[in-house]
Amino acid sequence: MTAYIIRRLMQSAAVVLAMSIIVFLGLHVVGDPIYLLIDPQADQAEIERTIRRLGLDQPIYIQYFNFIGNALTGNLGTSFVHGTSALKLIVDRMPATLEIAIAATLMSIFIGIPLGLYAGLKPDGFISKSIMATSILGFSLPTFWVGIMMIMVFAVMLGWLPSTGRGPTATFLGITSSLFTIDGLRHIAMPALNLALLKISLVIRLTRAGTREAIHQDYIKFARAKGISTSRIVGVHLLKNIMIPVVTVLGLEFGNLVAFSVVTETIFAWPGMGKLLIDSIQSLDRPVIVAYLIIIVLLFVIINLVVDILYSILDPRVRIGEKSA
Amino acid sequence: MSVTDAGAVNATVRRPAAQTPFQRFVADYTESRLATIAFILLIATMVLALIAPWIVPQNPYDLAQVDIMDSRLKPGTPASSGKYTHWLGTDGAGRDLVSAMLYGLRISLAVGVMSGLIAMALGAAIGLVAAYVGGRTESLIMRIVDLQLSFPAILVALMLIAILGKGVDKIIIALVTVQWAYYARTVRGSALVESRKEYVEAARCLGLSNARILFGHILPNCLPPLIVVVTVQTAHAISLEATLSFLGVGLPQTEPSLGLLISNGFQYMLSGEYWISFFPGLVLLMTIVVINLVGDQLRDVLNPRLSK
Repeated sequence: MTAYIIRRLMQSAAVVLAMSIIVFLGLHVVGDPIYLLIDPQADQAEIERTIRRLGLDQPIYIQYFNFIGNALTGNLGTSFVHGTSALKLIVDRMPATLEIAIAATLMSIFIGIPLGLYAGLKPDGFISKSIMATSILGFSLPTFWVGIMMIMVFAVMLGWLPSTGRGPTATFLGITSSLFTIDGLRHIAMPALNLALLKISLVIRLTRAGTREAIHQDYIKFARAKGISTSRIVGVHLLKNIMIPVVTVLGLEFGNLVAFSVVTETIFAWPGMGKLLIDSIQSLDRPVIVAYLIIIVLLFVIINLVVDILYSILDPRVRIGEKSA
Repeated sequence: MSVTDAGAVNATVRRPAAQTPFQRFVADYTESRLATIAFILLIATMVLALIAPWIVPQNPYDLAQVDIMDSRLKPGTPASSGKYTHWLGTDGAGRDLVSAMLYGLRISLAVGVMSGLIAMALGAAIGLVAAYVGGRTESLIMRIVDLQLSFPAILVALMLIAILGKGVDKIIIALVTVQWAYYARTVRGSALVESRKEYVEAARCLGLSNARILFGHILPNCLPPLIVVVTVQTAHAISLEATLSFLGVGLPQTEPSLGLLISNGFQYMLSGEYWISFFPGLVLLMTIVVINLVGDQLRDVLNPRLSK
């Protein structure tokens, strides 16, 4: 187990190193670093001074080590637009993004699992067929268009929910989040649902497949024979067994949610890191782009690492497979 | 009656008319009515996109034909020139939406199909080489594939665009980079199976060159799964391009795809002018669903395990 974790950690470190080289080469070889790192409004003398100050006149490998050294000390440059530390800008926006990703994950659990269970228990009913047909749509509809349509229906036509922005936040148990205020919940409902649509479809399919498989297993038959009520069989015996794959997939998909929040945040003007990235690409605010890329790569590597380790604890076959490979 | 005769009788019973493989494929495919309709719609969409300049009432990007006074007209309003009716309304710049949508469809399809084909050529070649060479090269290539597939497509595309900048060529580079790994994985999988078969051994005994065995013998036998991946990935590419364009980091305003039309209409959405975003979105949705339906049916037809 320890050996597996150490090997997995080393792999992650290699990925981060590879990504840092790609980002560095992308910015310094494909693009022009002077244009990337210096404010375009600077004059010639200013540019020369900055080149020397940033060490851009030095060989490429020394520049790379400087870049890594700066990154490790949290110095990822200063935003041209905001004039503050790029890293701090991202970290300030992170809670909003995590909030919407967590809300979407909760939605996919609390909407996807009951619907999937129903479709699995009564596979031939009209409602089940409608659920499955809708879940196919959930896979093929472009997220951003669904978001626009949601705004059109719920904000413009019906006027039920606010169309943009994040609601007021409140602090509860040391966590500041808009999930703890009524207006905050009204604001997060649409963006979170929009982000969750794909995952809800996924959870419905997983739960349905799991239910269909488990319903014929001996332990369910035995529980029935003992005279246990149907609600207890479904709620305890069945649910416990189909939750393992669902939870694993949702864990892996969390990083996906964070990445896709770029789209949702742009539609609903949600002040998260994704919106910041798009704004920065538009305004050519390169230090913020670099900081975002580095943070998101780290986030992904950490999520993949945690899920892999958890999975190897849950399922010993993964570790055995590693050894023989 | 001899054994061969019995075999011949059996064969005629099983297959009353002699069918070429293509006829058999067509017969299998048209078994599903939904898939047949989807295929006809797909062809219709492609033809519409191809002949768009000759059938639309106005060239939406010729400023002489567009009147800014006509902007944001409701669907069904006649044009100020009186020559035609804006059946689906006009957008913020006064362009006829039907015309703009067909032009947009052209660009969306062109970008999607082109990136799909380049990614396929690149991915298939890499996958074939990986399967054929084996050893360290193979595991290095497959590690890169795994690594890339562990990041979501939109993130990889955004990263590339952030580094490369905007433009049609950059979008195609980004889409190809996102997609090649799927093709490489698929082709490597089937090439591994194929390369152990006897006909490959026979070709090797004949002293054929590696390249000829790879591309002349193994590749044609890897085509069925590859065709399925092409359809599904092209739909993905169109959707991804639309998303990037919607975010404003995709195609430039001079080459507006469906995603950009939706994005342009978004600002008028809050004042209730729904049609500018709604109709292009519907066309985009239909295109993606139709391609997916065709892909699904192709997967069923081309899968030897499901064939009767």
